[in-house]
Amino acid sequence: MATQHSKTAARLMISPAVILLFLWMIVPLSMTLYFSFLRYNLLMPGMESFTGWDNYYYFLTDPAFAAALTNTLLLVGGVLLITIVGGTALALLLDQPMWGQGIVRILVIAPFFIMPTVSALVWKNMFMNPVNGMFAHIARALGMQPFDFLAHAPLASIIGIVAWQWLPFATLILLTALQSLDREQMEAAEMDGASPVARFVYITLPHLTRAITVVVLIQTIFLLGVFAEILVTTNGGPGTASTNITYLVYAQSLLNYDVGGGSAGGIVAVILANIVAIFLMRMIGKNLDA
Amino acid sequence: MGKITLRNVQKRFGEAVVIPSLDLDIEDGEFVVFVGPSGCGKSTLLRLIAGLEDVSDGQILIDGRNATEMPPAKRGLAMVFQSYALYPHMTVRKNIAFPLKMAKMDRAEIDRRVDNAARVLNLTNYLDRRPGQLSGGQRQRVAIGRAIVREPAAFLFDEPLSNLDAALRVNMRLEITELHQSLKTTMIYVTHDQVEAMTMADKIVVLNAGRIEQVGSPLTLYRSPANLFVAGFIGSPKMNLIAGPEAASRGATTIGIRPEHLDISRDGGEWPGEVGVSEHLGSDTFLHVHVKGMPTLTVRAGGEFGVHHGDRVWLTPQPDKIHRFGPDGRAI
Repeated sequence: MATQHSKTAARLMISPAVILLFLWMIVPLSMTLYFSFLRYNLLMPGMESFTGWDNYYYFLTDPAFAAALTNTLLLVGGVLLITIVGGTALALLLDQPMWGQGIVRILVIAPFFIMPTVSALVWKNMFMNPVNGMFAHIARALGMQPFDFLAHAPLASIIGIVAWQWLPFATLILLTALQSLDREQMEAAEMDGASPVARFVYITLPHLTRAITVVVLIQTIFLLGVFAEILVTTNGGPGTASTNITYLVYAQSLLNYDVGGGSAGGIVAVILANIVAIFLMRMIGKNLDA
Repeated sequence: MGKITLRNVQKRFGEAVVIPSLDLDIEDGEFVVFVGPSGCGKSTLLRLIAGLEDVSDGQILIDGRNATEMPPAKRGLAMVFQSYALYPHMTVRKNIAFPLKMAKMDRAEIDRRVDNAARVLNLTNYLDRRPGQLSGGQRQRVAIGRAIVREPAAFLFDEPLSNLDAALRVNMRLEITELHQSLKTTMIYVTHDQVEAMTMADKIVVLNAGRIEQVGSPLTLYRSPANLFVAGFIGSPKMNLIAGPEAASRGATTIGIRPEHLDISRDGGEWPGEVGVSEHLGSDTFLHVHVKGMPTLTVRAGGEFGVHHGDRVWLTPQPDKIHRFGPDGRAI
């Protein structure tokens, strides 16, 4: 098949898709890049003018930026930690033979099918609400003062909500990885005198590294862009306590009507995401090599 | 020391009885082979001895101690699995050292034993490789290395050669036999290949549907099979089993005669027949001969025996090599 002729044909055939995808990516990116060098305020239409690096300067020196950067990293790191540890534990439990395994597995996957806005609203109003929420009821039943999660621990609450959404994903991937573990290897380790803990550390965990890598990479991509959960619960507040970079870009361009500043923020976010990606690939990418 | 005794051992999976009730004595230092067709319970029996399956009823004694309820690690047995079950993320050295590390042995002793095992098994140059970078035979040796460093009371082999190609299998067969000669440790070896059983065993246990059909040395089983099953299973090519008037005339329900105990002649003999397929191996010729009133008989002729399809030949069984079986299938 790999003749010169077929290669040319293949290139021709695939080019429309590649060109379309390329345009889909490059047009918005270059427009954002263009806007980021403009003084462009939605309240003053038709007054756009070139301002050089000013938008970048103001975005990067904004005290909210430092807070948002920290929050973004905490959010990504926190959710990853919870989902990997929790996902491994859940996968280990679900891998045990038990009655009704199929149903339980579907139930565990369920949170992943709920759209972020809905689950964030459910958490906000039905669980974390300091008056009517379930947690408040439980606290009162135990004779304690209800805790206003979203006001006093906004970032931690959002980490909790997002982790709840992503836990099923991690569980699913890790469960399939566990199921592919050779049973004879476990038996060999058992014969070799390894305790259950030692078997987990020396056999199961190394077997899971590749799956964990996949989970970390995929989740990082999505977690850098968490937005809906923040918008419907805390609006980034109080202050900037739960603002991440994505939310800051939104606030800049649509709440402050400063499209130029927002675009600069968007470009900064792209660069930061690439830095994170490079670090991740350096650190754990080698696990993916067969 | 490695004397293993099974008393009345039973194994059931739910309703299905895999091993009805079984008694067996394995002496210290013996090379015992469990052989039988697939699904006869030989692997299950090995896993019961290893402790990887729970015994439904009965007792397993290892060196006189009741090991029925002991966890696998405490039984002092080492197992070589069919898939080798090497740990893919560890180097060969770490694989072999793993049981010692789990036993919390000190580093110097671990290194000494691993190097020793590697030398015995010709693995010294591969100690820093991963299992994925080794050939099938080398992986097999790593699996054996992991077993011998523990200096176990007995080795358990679960069809260890079935994943190797034919030439390598013959080699590894010799290596394992030699290992047994030098270690003098009890070995229990499961296989469905009767050639492996015949060549390696001190004692063969023929299993069929979870029942022991016969226990004995390879030549005992060859010379005097206790019943039709053993007669048909041991020996290659299979023994010719003939029922009907020919058997009745010798006072049996079925008679058996091995291919090598049928004399063949072009001039005359007891049973006239017609040559069917002939297999020329150089050293031997196996002829499939159609004799009236009998199933197709396999005959072994030494060296090259030049006959063609359809040629007329006469077969004469060596009278002292005829096995006679009664109506219950037992030898008379």
